[in-house]
Amino acid sequence: MRNRTLTRRVSAVLLAATALFTSASAASADEAPTEAGTAFRTAVAIPPGKKATADASTGDYLYWQFPAGAGQQATAKATVTLPEASARHGAATWQLDVFDGLRRRQACASGEPTQRASQQDATVTLTCTLRTVRAWSERWSNDPLPGAYYIRLTVVDAADQDLGLPVKAEVEADAKDAGGAQAGGGELGAPLHAAAVSEPEDGWNGSWFTDRWAWTVGGAVLGALAAVGGYVLTRHPRRR
Amino acid sequence: MIITKRLAAGACALLAALAGGIAPAHAADGPPKDSPKVELVLDVSGSMRATDVDGQSRMSAAQQAFNEVIDAVPDGVRLGIRTLGATYPGDDKEIGCRDSKNLYPVGQVDRTEAKTAVATLRPTGWTPIGYALRGADQDLGTDGGTRRVVLITDGEDSCGKPDPCDVARELAAKGTHLTIDTLGLVQDDKTREQLTCIAEATGGTYTTVRHRKELSGRIKQLVKRADTPVETPKPTQGTAECATAPELGAGIWTDREQFAEHRWYKVKVKPGQELRASAGVGADRAVDRDYGVLVRAVSEGGQELVRGSDAGSGRTDVMAAGLRYPVFKAKKDDKEARTVCLEVSNSFSAPPSVKRDPGLPVELAVDVVKGPDNPSDLAAFGLGRGWVLLAVLGVTGLLAGLLWGWLARWRVAVWREN
Repeated sequence: MRNRTLTRRVSAVLLAATALFTSASAASADEAPTEAGTAFRTAVAIPPGKKATADASTGDYLYWQFPAGAGQQATAKATVTLPEASARHGAATWQLDVFDGLRRRQACASGEPTQRASQQDATVTLTCTLRTVRAWSERWSNDPLPGAYYIRLTVVDAADQDLGLPVKAEVEADAKDAGGAQAGGGELGAPLHAAAVSEPEDGWNGSWFTDRWAWTVGGAVLGALAAVGGYVLTRHPRRR
Repeated sequence: MIITKRLAAGACALLAALAGGIAPAHAADGPPKDSPKVELVLDVSGSMRATDVDGQSRMSAAQQAFNEVIDAVPDGVRLGIRTLGATYPGDDKEIGCRDSKNLYPVGQVDRTEAKTAVATLRPTGWTPIGYALRGADQDLGTDGGTRRVVLITDGEDSCGKPDPCDVARELAAKGTHLTIDTLGLVQDDKTREQLTCIAEATGGTYTTVRHRKELSGRIKQLVKRADTPVETPKPTQGTAECATAPELGAGIWTDREQFAEHRWYKVKVKPGQELRASAGVGADRAVDRDYGVLVRAVSEGGQELVRGSDAGSGRTDVMAAGLRYPVFKAKKDDKEARTVCLEVSNSFSAPPSVKRDPGLPVELAVDVVKGPDNPSDLAAFGLGRGWVLLAVLGVTGLLAGLLWGWLARWRVAVWREN
């Protein structure tokens, strides 16, 4: 028992130390990343507003991650610079997949996450706009929740001879406010797997202010005015 | 200004102290035990004489690239070099297929020594890739830290046995986190297939190299990749039913699962906590076109609590699914932890020619966070929005005003009459 507490303490200290350490290295690496991860575990975090680049080979699975908070609509955009046309043997299909912090596949509400590049194309651009991130959802649902989102970029269909050829990838992810119509209630205990990414400006749960305040307060004032108006109407002018 | 400088200096000192504390002085007593290790495995077979890399021979291109890489090795990385087919020029397959030696032991790099060793290499013998990979695995040892092999070759294995792809999968299944990246100096189908297979089996990458610049650039990138800190998964072994399943804590776990096999694990979750689990099943070999993965949280009584699943088709590295399961307090001071069983199953299949053993790699990420699952109202703070809301409030106000006014008039009238 005692031993266990000790181990726990030691590991806590170690954890704190690593946290300090990684945050320190993350601070110095606050510039745009020039690498991509090769698995969920090694996904490279993209700081907000930065464009991540990576040199890779056709056929690699490239992973990045970015943060999104409640009430935001996140868009991931990737541009792949293909190998020179003379080296390629045919068309290739590229795909951008987005997963949430629990590695659940997320639907693209709009955008073109799959594109077929013909042999002449020099670049291919993929986009994926997620559904609006909810502050809370039922546990059975697959709704997007606050936390990290993984991007996976890869070629899903290409001539076998083209696998291994060098490509360049550029990825950016931005999250914009979806407005008061989408402002939801509720709260998660903690954002999904958000250790490696930075918290959005308005916090994971979004800003407390939404235009719902304006509508509701405006409605209350209108109601009060209407009440006064109604009261005045009933007083006969002659009797005043 | 001065204050900022002082602060910065203080922060630097603190950081340095921290760095010193965590990773004790590299220079003095070698890199720490858990620093990443990379072994470059270079093919020195006879065919490396061919001059088709920017007008140079493959061998000299590789040597030049190695020099650049050795110069650029990050301080924390332990680097080793192994050759294959470097010493035996004869025709005896038996000897030629055991021709692989450790040219430079894995450790802190002495740049001059390593370069001298590389400079002596001349294209010579056979291409025993499988044999060399086993050697590389041994060179890297098992004392923690990420382990990476970068294989540079210009042709398929000329020995046949052991099949390098099987060797790669066998090494990956040992649970020692070995990644093999492959670089091919030629573009024929057989080499590419074999190198892709080796990379796929270990979660590595395959690159075709046509120019020397690409070669050195890619090797440098791979060496640097080894240096990126990453959480090392712990091995576990799921069982066929929940009762006997291993108990997992928060962290990343790896296991292997056969085609269509179900594996169970369990996690203890206290009331007021939320279980978060993701499971990924990797496709580390040729699989049939359609596949899927299912992860279920099941109560001890066998009732399904929640599930996550994903399915797909075509080329993939991994299929992942996740779930979250909050546990509520049954009564006020409910502190008893519940056991939640996790079942991971897959619907991968493979053509009959593909080996079944070892199973597909499974990665489980388990986290238990403190957290109320707090639904509140669907809208933020229960506030309203829109014209209908305004109309409702306005009309209600108006009606209230009218009613109040009439009441007041009626009261005045009654008062006057009396």
